[in-house]
Amino acid sequence: MSAALMAGEIAEAAPRATGWRWLLRQLLRHKQAQIGGTVLLVIVVCAFIGPYIAPYDPLKVDALNRLLPPSGAHWFGTDELGRDMFSRILFGTRYFALICLVSVSIAAGFGVLLGLIAGAGSYWGDMAIMRAMDVVLAFPFILLILAVVAVLGPSLWTAMIAVGIAGVPNYARLVRGEVLSVKHEEYVEAMRALGAGPVRIMFGTVLPNVVSAIVVYTSYAMPVAVLSASALSFLGLGAQPPLPEWGAMVVGGRTFLRTAWWVVACPGMAIFVGVFSCNLLGNALRDVLDPRGT
Amino acid sequence: MLRYTLRRILLTVPVIVGILLVTFAIKSLIPTDAVTAMFEGQVTEAEGQQAIANMRAKYGLDQPWYVQFGRYVEGLSHGDLGTSVRTTRPVLDEIGFRYLKTLQLTFTALGVALLVGVTSGIVAAYRKDSWLDVTATTISLFGISMPAFFFSLLVIMVFSVWLKWLPVMPRGWEALLLPAVTLGLIEAAPLARVTRSSMLEILGREYMRAARAKGVGEAALLLRHALPNALLAVATIVGLQIGHLLSGAFIIEVIFGWRGIGELAVRAIEWRDFAITQGIILIGSGTFVMLNLVIDLLYTWIDPRISYETA
Repeated sequence: MSAALMAGEIAEAAPRATGWRWLLRQLLRHKQAQIGGTVLLVIVVCAFIGPYIAPYDPLKVDALNRLLPPSGAHWFGTDELGRDMFSRILFGTRYFALICLVSVSIAAGFGVLLGLIAGAGSYWGDMAIMRAMDVVLAFPFILLILAVVAVLGPSLWTAMIAVGIAGVPNYARLVRGEVLSVKHEEYVEAMRALGAGPVRIMFGTVLPNVVSAIVVYTSYAMPVAVLSASALSFLGLGAQPPLPEWGAMVVGGRTFLRTAWWVVACPGMAIFVGVFSCNLLGNALRDVLDPRGT
Repeated sequence: MLRYTLRRILLTVPVIVGILLVTFAIKSLIPTDAVTAMFEGQVTEAEGQQAIANMRAKYGLDQPWYVQFGRYVEGLSHGDLGTSVRTTRPVLDEIGFRYLKTLQLTFTALGVALLVGVTSGIVAAYRKDSWLDVTATTISLFGISMPAFFFSLLVIMVFSVWLKWLPVMPRGWEALLLPAVTLGLIEAAPLARVTRSSMLEILGREYMRAARAKGVGEAALLLRHALPNALLAVATIVGLQIGHLLSGAFIIEVIFGWRGIGELAVRAIEWRDFAITQGIILIGSGTFVMLNLVIDLLYTWIDPRISYETA
């Protein structure tokens, strides 16, 4: 290999070395990422400072001011118990962010680990893990979630765990496939020749090379996870009242659909905007990381 | 083909057994069962406690999970899915009719989804970057971001409350119309995206140019030359979506009061009536596996180049 060619390869590999910074720069230039990212940032900021800027206590019942339409005093109106909708939506950002974080972390954490073990380990380990994943995949998403909720009882945490577990097999399959495709690459062989142990090879060499596939898949998985968790809350199997979780808030307003549309519309729109932003950011991520797929 | 089909059906058996094993193991972890849930907080006397114990014994709920599992499998071998503690009726009777209603809803919705999704996908690809394409793409992005339950409520609000086109408590085919269209539209969004991207890929192929050069009309070009090739990707997505469709159906059923298995499942969980939940999981996942098999077989019909005999 000539020096010039090698230099070229190194130059090509350069953005990889500073991968995250490169990714961020690309995303900042992408229009969909700008919009989606801004909204998600606002949600995260609200999740932190919400309690300090909320005009009312989100749980405070005010029987005299039930079902007030949006006004200067109550921007998003009040619900059936007279609670301020704006404050509740503001507090809801916390649960939105929590759902994103916890359910996707469970799915990705266990899925990536299992995928690495299956892809790199012995034949029988691979068989056992992947057949177990098949069993989980054979469940339609909702049935699996229902099974988990049936065991743990309805709560926000159950919903997040259930949604997380349902997402594990897809991560495992993805990572296993990626590991199989890079495991015999020269740089992995080189690490082995240098005497690196299997754990170091897996986490130090193989994992960094499959990260972009994981990020791309997460861009699909996250909006789905949020929608599933809020649907569970809506069915009464997730977050329980009076918790200001957006899905659970929509249930509360269902009965007043004719007279007080804002009780349903505000949290419903909040979920929509949040998920929409996730999807915009996801589109942008896929444009940048996986140009073939778009 | 027959051998492949049989093999696929046989392969599902260990999967279903696995599912059952897991659910029974899970069941042993549940702190309360249907009997305790039913009498919770209502019975305190020793006599009542004795009655509860008797009832649990009657349904075998006092046995360890593996004994219950053995009994369940034995019952299953002659088509008995157990008895609901709450309604005291056989689970099969509870589920049977509702299952058909869920299938009716799911398939009608699938029809709507295919019609809307595939059509708009074709149009968007054919008129790429036109206002039609931008509109269709934007709407489908909205569609995949919309919570099903919120969309359903919007539909009810607009069509039943504001426009009064349909009664809030409709009957007959009217009862099917709103839930099926709602569910269908939600599922149409991802279908439109996939159809669009695979049509775009195919429209750029050499054989499409050749066909156009031969003087094939635009409609025939799209429908006879391009669409059959794009259908493969669509079939794959439909297979993946069946589980999703079923999940969507559960939520739609609860909102529109459609008495399918989804609505029953939500109640069964509240009741801790595990026999019903178990039955629904079994039948639901069985349907899922079977429908995916049908789709795999459809592949060979859509694309004669695919053959399972050699695979």
